[in-house]
Amino acid sequence: MTTPMGGPAPEVGSGGAAASGWVPAAFLAPALVLLVVFLLYPLEETFRLSLVDWNGLGSSSRFVGLDNWAALAHDTRFWLAVRNNLLLGLLSVLVQLPIALALAVMLDKASHGSRVLKILYFLPLLFSSVALGVIFKNLFDPNFGAINSALETIGLKGLAVDWLGDTRYALGSVIAVVCWQNVPFYMILFLAGLASFSPELHAAAKLDGASDWTIFWRIKLPHLQGTIRTGAMLAVIGSLRYFDLIYVMTGGGPDGASEVMATYMYTTVFASFRLGYGSTIAAAMFLVVTLIATLGMRLTRRFETEV
Amino acid sequence: MASLDRPVASNAVVTTGRRFGFGALAALWLATTLAPLAFVLMTSLKSQQELFDSAVWAWPRQVDSSHYRAVLQGGYFTYLRNSAFVVGVSIALILATSAMAAYALARLRFRFNQLLFSLIVAGLIVPLHVTLVPIYLMTRSLGLYDTPFALIGPYVATSLPVSIFIMTEFMRQIPRELEEAAELDGCGPFAIFWKVFFPLSGPGLATIAIYNGINMWNEFIFAYVLTSSTSNRTLPLALWDFQGQYASNIPAMLAVVTLTSLPLIVAYAFGQERIVKGMMAGSLKG
Repeated sequence: MTTPMGGPAPEVGSGGAAASGWVPAAFLAPALVLLVVFLLYPLEETFRLSLVDWNGLGSSSRFVGLDNWAALAHDTRFWLAVRNNLLLGLLSVLVQLPIALALAVMLDKASHGSRVLKILYFLPLLFSSVALGVIFKNLFDPNFGAINSALETIGLKGLAVDWLGDTRYALGSVIAVVCWQNVPFYMILFLAGLASFSPELHAAAKLDGASDWTIFWRIKLPHLQGTIRTGAMLAVIGSLRYFDLIYVMTGGGPDGASEVMATYMYTTVFASFRLGYGSTIAAAMFLVVTLIATLGMRLTRRFETEV
Repeated sequence: MASLDRPVASNAVVTTGRRFGFGALAALWLATTLAPLAFVLMTSLKSQQELFDSAVWAWPRQVDSSHYRAVLQGGYFTYLRNSAFVVGVSIALILATSAMAAYALARLRFRFNQLLFSLIVAGLIVPLHVTLVPIYLMTRSLGLYDTPFALIGPYVATSLPVSIFIMTEFMRQIPRELEEAAELDGCGPFAIFWKVFFPLSGPGLATIAIYNGINMWNEFIFAYVLTSSTSNRTLPLALWDFQGQYASNIPAMLAVVTLTSLPLIVAYAFGQERIVKGMMAGSLKG
């Protein structure tokens, strides 16, 4: 067995200087073997497969160089998926973070009952995306769905639409579910940020005649800046990886309206049996995520938050 | 934006108003959170007949638990057993391998330590889906396709970067004195790891067990692609499989939702603080 840690130390040595080499190797070997076999090698394979044309059967694989990548560059469906991913990220940030912040400020102030509220608010995070997909597919159903029948009951029949079947609303409906599940996550993140705000500072500002409102906008919000950036980055990076929920709710449809990179990759490989091109999409997805994550980390590095 | 020179006298009014606003917000979000869950529970207890001739938001006139019985007799426990097996074995492997690796990275001096740590942490960025096709092909050629074992390797490997990261940070904070005392007692690195570091890492190990455990418990795409028969699939797939079976039976479908989500909710009922902490810590590093 080889360890990819390199270095001058022999794998099996005894005594003396060698001892310092094989001891770390022994501790690291199990984890590194797993990482190489199930993470590094598949990643490399994805890039290798992105250069072939293959339906997945036997030896029909054919090397086509960068043809897949050239096709990808002009693939409107792929760019639509990238756009949807980014839209999902942007809207998640714009909708989730303000709601989460308001709830966090509220819970931070409430002395009684806030524990129970926190526990209940957190419930959606325990559900799998598949379960959420099934739940909301039923809620959004145009005929039997609870949302449309609720709208009808309160006399807003005009607002009842085909939430998942209409190209204009499908992505928005998916985003609503993402927000429903993740708002409590950011709420708890902000609560932790608020908890690190010193009560003395608050008291001092009060003594100077500042209102709670002023204290929030002028002192607490700037204090939370780092936490907000961290939250925004997590929301954007998370939204680049969405698959389960969208696959279950809309399958990327109708007509690509809610297609994201992962659903497009999945259908290309497992429904159209184009393993080569699907791998190109996967590899491109890796590059997009890496690029955005690296940029994001640059922006948030100085604002590490502890919970 | 607020102005700094808002008259102090109006503060009381503003505060009352705001308190009311906060209360309304709290109630509104609570309703938003609970309404879909109440819908699931209520509907799953209705008969199909009642679903069509009563209001969606009405309590069931007559509680009909036949869907629950059908699901429980229809393979639910097979899915549950597979989930418990896959997640249990994976957590054990994650705890053992990440604690060992973290000990080496946190405390042993060797060349490329920093570089290796950075590389492992960089593994956090890799989205699961990118490795899906090669892992699918690999699983087929290893003859593991459609067995619960197929899931363990990918699950452990994708959990390792965040776990090693958390454990390394944790072990760096364990006092050196303890290590030195053990050394004086004649302990070698393996004894030090086993007798000092592993037992003292409880809270860190709990965090990674909870965070990864919940993620794996709910994982869909690998389980979907790497297994195909009911007898080898995990709980999230129960939803998918029953969806095909009960396409037009909404109460039955929602009974499946309730039953598949129940194990985590029960766990949550027993340890909210721990679970919230574990999930937050894991996500923040990942």
